[in-house]
Amino acid sequence: MITGLKPKHQRLILVLIALIALIGAGLLAASALRNQASYFYVPTQMAEKPPAPGQAVRLGGMVQEGSLQTLADGVTTTFVVGDGEATVPVRFAGILPDLFVEGSGVVAEGRLDAGGTFVADNLLAKHDENYVPRELQEMTEHQKNQVVAETEIGA
Amino acid sequence: MIAELGLAALWLAAALAALQLVAGAFAQRDGTTELAGLARPAAIIQGVLAAFSFLMLLILFAQTDLSVKLVAMNSHSAKPMIFKLSGAFGNHEGSMLLWITVMALAGALIAAAERRLPERTMMATLAAQAFVGLGFYAFLLFSSNPFERLPQPAMEGMGLNPLLQDIGLVFHPPTLYVGYVGLSVAFSFAVGALLTRQVTPDFARAMRPWVLGAWIFLTLGITAGSYWAYYELGWGGWWFWDPVENASLMPWLAATALLHSASVLAARDALRAWTIMLGVVAFSMSMVGTFLVRSGILTSVHAFAVDPERGTFILVLLSIYIGGALLLFALRAGTVSEGERFSVTSREAALVFNNVMLSAILGIVLLGTLYPLLTEAFDVRVSVGPPYFNPVGAIFVVPMLMVMAVGPLLRWRQDNIVRIRLPMLIAGGAALAVLLLVTVTTNIGILPLLGLALSAGLGIASFMPLRGRKLRLLPLATWGMVIAHFGIAVALFGMASESAFSEETLAAVEVGDQAEIGPWQVVLSEVRPTAGPNWTALEGRLLVSYKGGTSKEIDPQSRNFWAPPQETTESALVTRWNGQLYAVIGREAGDGRWQLRLWWKPFVTMIWYGGILIALGGVLALIGRLFADLKRRAVKLRGAERRGLSVRNVEPRDAGA
Repeated sequence: MITGLKPKHQRLILVLIALIALIGAGLLAASALRNQASYFYVPTQMAEKPPAPGQAVRLGGMVQEGSLQTLADGVTTTFVVGDGEATVPVRFAGILPDLFVEGSGVVAEGRLDAGGTFVADNLLAKHDENYVPRELQEMTEHQKNQVVAETEIGA
Repeated sequence: MIAELGLAALWLAAALAALQLVAGAFAQRDGTTELAGLARPAAIIQGVLAAFSFLMLLILFAQTDLSVKLVAMNSHSAKPMIFKLSGAFGNHEGSMLLWITVMALAGALIAAAERRLPERTMMATLAAQAFVGLGFYAFLLFSSNPFERLPQPAMEGMGLNPLLQDIGLVFHPPTLYVGYVGLSVAFSFAVGALLTRQVTPDFARAMRPWVLGAWIFLTLGITAGSYWAYYELGWGGWWFWDPVENASLMPWLAATALLHSASVLAARDALRAWTIMLGVVAFSMSMVGTFLVRSGILTSVHAFAVDPERGTFILVLLSIYIGGALLLFALRAGTVSEGERFSVTSREAALVFNNVMLSAILGIVLLGTLYPLLTEAFDVRVSVGPPYFNPVGAIFVVPMLMVMAVGPLLRWRQDNIVRIRLPMLIAGGAALAVLLLVTVTTNIGILPLLGLALSAGLGIASFMPLRGRKLRLLPLATWGMVIAHFGIAVALFGMASESAFSEETLAAVEVGDQAEIGPWQVVLSEVRPTAGPNWTALEGRLLVSYKGGTSKEIDPQSRNFWAPPQETTESALVTRWNGQLYAVIGREAGDGRWQLRLWWKPFVTMIWYGGILIALGGVLALIGRLFADLKRRAVKLRGAERRGLSVRNVEPRDAGA
């Protein structure tokens, strides 16, 4: 209550309460970030050390030539994402993003199912010819060349 | 010629900013320098010059002058005029020119209109405003000159990203920028007050309308941006926790906290240092937002060209301004004397609580936005999305909303919680009733459930301050608060309803077939080609009817732009009072069937109506405050005339250093 407290003390108490709340928020955020952030995988990493089935992650790579198929329901698409060393089959139900084509880079948000297929909730393909998903920019030149070589042989 | 005029005006404006800085800085030290007379005119002329420069850029874009690099890179002669104009700030250089123009105009406005601050604080404020401005002039002139000519005029422009060729872009960025940069005034006020150690209720009253103005624009900008993303990106979502969205949310959170703490300072002379701190933080968040977007450090649909040099430049500016202001705060805050005391149950205490909650939410959003940058330093790539932001944010939003319902009912200084038990019971009862009703009848997630219950309680509680008051005599500012708080409840209801009751379907249908979504029947009657000024499209003709009523035609499109070549999906919407039908057409499945994605989103529009109500509340409060100030000034004037003195002499002269 208002009695007995000197202004200085009241200010001190306010500052303490604010600090405790903010530090609490910080700790909470830090632990939540560790659990809730979704990690980025390329197919090689996913083959070597797969995430737990059902955990939200992102998968980035090149859509393999000749792998794109539409299932009988007309809305589910399957394709294979590779990085030149490993490949992961992907299933996606939805309208494919603009300019999503075989041979282009893609980042898929979703999770692995028990059978090793990546079920994508969302696909981030390049929006225009200048845009490459950020994670793919750093795919090594070597990997890219391999992807290109493979797709050329396949074509 | 026009480009050179624009560039010359920009250099002159920068020179005037330098003059304003010097004049203001000397005048704030002794208050009597002859230079003091120069600061205000310098600020005003600087504003005019910057506006002139921006006008020149608009003309260049209107004429599609392809000898100017920026126009050639971002415009195209075949674009509709309105998008030629909006293209002027749909790119890095133009948007930075818009930023500095708004900033210079804000400075000119303070110089011309602000008469409540003590003269020395005023001079310090103008100096601070000029100091911040100079950094951005330097950035523009040395690393992002919008008026640069090409050695050879281009044959044709490269065009503007089609996603940005939308009426939303014409209004959204300027609105947001006025909000962002308007907060620079709060920053300069805070720095000015720290320099002269004059943190008084009068200072808060002088600062409040400026913060309110910026906050109104931010609110509108965020609301418009959310609706733009909702219908233009075609994903059916209205908030993506995209770094750039967060960048606009963070200054809004800080400005909201500032608005409320300034009220405490104005009414009760408490929270002095805290208000100053928030003034610094609010504009710092604007600058951090700009840095995130312009540097291209974070991937986003909003990012313009990635340029490390520019990123570094902005980073240096940021550390000078934010670091400098925080250092000044650390040095001076201790000498700002303590304010008035208040009890644990008082309006001040409720406002303090909400300020702390807002700051915590701000911290959570900031951490979540920067976390991917942090982990990247250790070569781990992550993205942070709704699974983090929604639950962690809710932990602080829920108690904040509860206190927000009660706070306005409490008296200043000291109150008894028993006195307001009736309104608390009514609002709490309404929330509880909704909670029970929804739990029994449906099965929805915990967050939407809490959202629905809180929106009911808050919606009722927001009108409680009107109880027992004579409505005709109620100050406009109080109406503003009531409407803004009610707007929060409305927006919350829309968010909760959208997340709890949305239905979605994905179907492949042949022409003539029917799909169902919620209470709607949708028939694909035709797919036909169509064309616009710079695109061609496949357009689906959908006949939709609500619960078997008369059918209505909507036409979602899949558009192909040719300059630059790009496809976009144009969603089609049917708005009813109780929600929206949202339709997107995809590709042909290969066997004559077309992909249709349909959503029925009950009461989704309440999200944006709520945003508009919040802004409207701000406008009422602003008008109310301005009128009250004018009245106070008139009374003062009359009193002064009676004593046979001129107004100038009555204004509080600073007692000296």
